[in-house]
Amino acid sequence: MEPLVEIKSLSKRFGPLVAVDDVSFAVDRGEVLGFLGPNGAGKSTTMRMITGFLTPSAGTVTVCGHDVVGEAIQARDRIGYLPEGAPLYADMTAGELLRFVAGVRSLKGAALAKRVDWAVGQLGLEPVLGQQIETLSKGFKRRVGFAQAILHDPDVLILDEPTDGLDPNQKHEVRTLIRDMAADKAIIISTHILEEVDAVCTRAMIIDRGRIVVDCTPGELAARSRHHNAVVLSVGAAPADELRLALEVVQGVAEVEIRSDGATAASCVVIPEAGRAIVSAVSRTLHDKGWEIDELRVESGRLEDVFRDVTRVPGSGVNPG
Amino acid sequence: MTKTAAIFRRELAAYFATPVAYVFIVIFLFLNGIFTFYLGDLYGRGQADLIPFFNWHPWLYLFLVPALAMRLWAEERRSGTIELVMTLPVAVWHVVVGKYLAAWCFTGIALALTTPVWITVNYLGDPDNGVIIASYLGSLLMAGAFLAIGACISALTKNQVIAFVVAVVVSFLFSVSGLPMVLDFFSGWAPQAIIDAVSAFSFLSNFQNMAKGVIDMRNIVYFASLILFWLFANVLAIELRDGA
Repeated sequence: MEPLVEIKSLSKRFGPLVAVDDVSFAVDRGEVLGFLGPNGAGKSTTMRMITGFLTPSAGTVTVCGHDVVGEAIQARDRIGYLPEGAPLYADMTAGELLRFVAGVRSLKGAALAKRVDWAVGQLGLEPVLGQQIETLSKGFKRRVGFAQAILHDPDVLILDEPTDGLDPNQKHEVRTLIRDMAADKAIIISTHILEEVDAVCTRAMIIDRGRIVVDCTPGELAARSRHHNAVVLSVGAAPADELRLALEVVQGVAEVEIRSDGATAASCVVIPEAGRAIVSAVSRTLHDKGWEIDELRVESGRLEDVFRDVTRVPGSGVNPG
Repeated sequence: MTKTAAIFRRELAAYFATPVAYVFIVIFLFLNGIFTFYLGDLYGRGQADLIPFFNWHPWLYLFLVPALAMRLWAEERRSGTIELVMTLPVAVWHVVVGKYLAAWCFTGIALALTTPVWITVNYLGDPDNGVIIASYLGSLLMAGAFLAIGACISALTKNQVIAFVVAVVVSFLFSVSGLPMVLDFFSGWAPQAIIDAVSAFSFLSNFQNMAKGVIDMRNIVYFASLILFWLFANVLAIELRDGA
């Protein structure tokens, strides 16, 4: 059984610019692939080639066994797509737009009404069905875009920044929806929000200057962070210098970062050498010194660290625009 | 077919969802009235026919049809909705034909609203209604040709103003290629065959026969092939675009 989405040696050039450079990967049913990367890294370009909006310069994309160039219509029948910024016909009402998309997808009569009702229910669009799209809030526009993508219950769902511009509650709802649908679909989402990868993705891929630089689970990604297994602690009244000295000699500690505004109030992050667990040794040291512990927790890792590490241009210290 | 029909319905509804339809129809009817009754002097001629009415149609279409066509693709590209529609399971020609037919149907509606003029001449006299029907058919075909040019040019740009201006110029060249001012440019050095060919490419010469009520197969083939050619170019323009 071949995977639902299979990408082989995919490249896209715009004149001299190489937007996507020899990318290969596959996504199967049950997977939620989080596509990460700086702006201009090639995330949207890759998604546009999967959905057939752009023609690849080289390489192939197969969706449910159909080549997206050679058998474009069959492939697109199986894809639901939310383009970046959720472009929609502003002069239509939300209901008209959904019925239009369902009609183009060859749904008719009772089946059409049933699918539209289902999608409307999933996204909570009932209150705005009769409203013109140009008068909708950003959050509702995004939800209409999401609804048209899932109308036909596609096997493959491509979502380009699905939670961009939503408030925290709406983000939570959309993430819940993605998780609920994940079991029987292959889903690819792109995002700038790293916590989203943790919240919904089973797999994280960082793409930079057109190439895949990381492809692993969110857990593995976090483990690559220097903050993986770091200990965050604050103690009541220990002199900062003394605290640093005491912790730096603990076995396995690589670095101690102290944040304190004076000589005494001390909260600090103890960073371990790669792969070491230091929490018990650290807490033992604190007990031995007799300092009162206000807070003590272990970090699982910071995705921002990894993101910056792998996407930084060497030497310049800034990301490419 | 159902896909083209779905695109067609959306596009036609879009005209009426915005003021575009009403503004266009009112101006079309208003200008038609001025041209027919003042410049064409329909009453003063004392003849029961609609020649003054139809004679102005090429000039009316020259500006009004590109105004109708300019938004067809340029607006989709500007607003990004082209990405929504072109990633649905449709072939490019489904969308090209659906959009085109909707716009043509709309000009047909506008043209149909001019029937009070027809009723007027029937009330005042005894015109040859066969001639008038042939003229309406010719006018609709010619509007379709103007529209195919405008739609294709709209597909080449994101900018509606550019789409409008270029479409007017191209349509103008097609309109006047049979007039002496163009033919004089060729006569004297070009062989007669080329002059005839240029002349045969004119909207005006092809429409003038139909405006007189003569339905000649050659004129119909001319307009039909022109429409097909520009629609084909429209499909290519969309297929070959890179991105939005």
